[in-house]
Amino acid sequence: MAQYSEKVMEHFMNPRNVGEIADADGVGTVGNPVCGDLMTFYIKIAEDGKTIQDVKYKTFGCGAAIAVSSMVSEMAKGKTIDEVLKFTRDMVAQELGGLPPQKMHCSNLGVDALHKAIEDYISKKKIHPVLCKCPFCDGELPCAEIMECQKCEKRIVKCPHCGNLVEYKETCSICGKKM
Amino acid sequence: MTISINMKKIYLDYAATTPVDPEVKKFIQPYFDEIFGNSQSLHSIGQESYRLVETARNFIANMLNCQPEEIIFTSGGTESNNTAIKGIYFAHRNLRIKHIITSTIEHHAVLEPVKFIVENFKDEGAYVTYVPVNSKGIVDVEKIFESISENTILISIMHANNEIGTIQPLKEIGEHLQKINKQREKENKPKIYFHTDAVQTFGHIKVDVEELKVDLLSASGHKFYAPKGVGFLYIRKGTKIEPLLHGGGHEFNMRSSTVNVSGIAGLYKAAQIAQDVMNEENERIKRLRDKLLDGIISKIPDVVVNGDLNNRLVNNINICIRGVESEAVLLALDSEGICVSSGSACSSGSLEPSHVLLAIGVDPVVARGSLRFTLGRFTTEEEVDKVIEVLPKVVDKIRKISPIA
Repeated sequence: MAQYSEKVMEHFMNPRNVGEIADADGVGTVGNPVCGDLMTFYIKIAEDGKTIQDVKYKTFGCGAAIAVSSMVSEMAKGKTIDEVLKFTRDMVAQELGGLPPQKMHCSNLGVDALHKAIEDYISKKKIHPVLCKCPFCDGELPCAEIMECQKCEKRIVKCPHCGNLVEYKETCSICGKKM
Repeated sequence: MTISINMKKIYLDYAATTPVDPEVKKFIQPYFDEIFGNSQSLHSIGQESYRLVETARNFIANMLNCQPEEIIFTSGGTESNNTAIKGIYFAHRNLRIKHIITSTIEHHAVLEPVKFIVENFKDEGAYVTYVPVNSKGIVDVEKIFESISENTILISIMHANNEIGTIQPLKEIGEHLQKINKQREKENKPKIYFHTDAVQTFGHIKVDVEELKVDLLSASGHKFYAPKGVGFLYIRKGTKIEPLLHGGGHEFNMRSSTVNVSGIAGLYKAAQIAQDVMNEENERIKRLRDKLLDGIISKIPDVVVNGDLNNRLVNNINICIRGVESEAVLLALDSEGICVSSGSACSSGSLEPSHVLLAIGVDPVVARGSLRFTLGRFTTEEEVDKVIEVLPKVVDKIRKISPIA
């Protein structure tokens, strides 16, 4: 068995922030359960679009993998995306008071999974870059399938055929196809 | 019997090693500073050591049903296996092709010397066949017989597996080999030697070389309450074998090195105790093992039991707990004072699942959750009850963290 630091054992015995976020803004999974560890990180981004408001994870792996997940979640909570993207594996290992060399490769995956969750959040945002503005009055739109404009109160959807934002009707006002 | 190990800890890893029995510990004491002589020395102090070593050899030979000069004392299981495999190979180097047969579930102390020979001497005709096991962890005897060729010089099959405790059908293999060897003798062809790694069985169940029909047999003291660093190799009279260690010609020229008198004293006493208590202890341990296994299965869902439950050492439980990684369970149990083994090789730095579990067809991800509990002489019913109480809680906690349901 690997020799673990007190900090690793403490996080392993009392892991913080375990769980899933049902309506997560980003989800990232890394690893391989056959010969390594498997981690899934969930993040919730604050209204400012920058701050990591909540982090949760599920981890299959050894004591080090669980401690790493717990530590990463603690390090990331309340930080901005930019700050978190600068996290490295070495920083996590250092915070944990060191990790055995054979655990650095297979178990120190927390940062990778968290970064993947952030990438997921960013890429999801790029799919709907215009979602924020109503095409009729420039009012703000909430993120949903059928969006009600908060200013003009029109119901707006994204046409599945042409991708334009149009008023929610039976057919698209731009391409004319059935919605 | 007094418990010599830390009473606060519950030790369920007897297949890894055992504590030295208090009686053994007491018996060894004079061999450090009173009867400390070199057993080769002709003076009285040396002769006292010599007498102890020969008494021990006689006793072990008696247990094994062989002659004393067929026993050589070694440093333990790994050395005995290496001596048997490399020794037989080196004695047959002059043959054009040299074929070795072994199984996929052998201990690394067998697999690695075989691999060493095949990798380094394939140019001079060395090759190996790895015979598979069935899903219960019993070697496929028919496949062994099919694998035997004109050029086979050695078959090495373990007596009982160290991870899953399954006992292998050595007698069946030995009897078949005897017939083949009779024919070979008539045709003036070299004999096929039969070696077994009995590290998990000697001192625990009856091991009789005539009944099993083996030519070489490895055993280790620390698996049956003797100290670490002492074991023996049985070599049937007439076996063509070379030593690994050359020097002063100790152990009938088969193992040069000043004889480990105190270790052999421990081995002797431990073997005596083992013979005396074997039947009674096996009954007691089997009852506790069954209670522990029933408790685990009834309290924890999604548990797979690995290996045949009938042809098995009575002290062994090997299970896979789905959705968890065994090291995490092992650590959490250790913090509760319970010492078990993660059946996987993760501990040795490799994260590969156990080769034994993969050989019996366990899914690689499931195999990551393997745990081995091995009971022994100092295991009590209270300890078993405690494990049945603690393990489900530990597993539940780790499963809550796991993404694999």
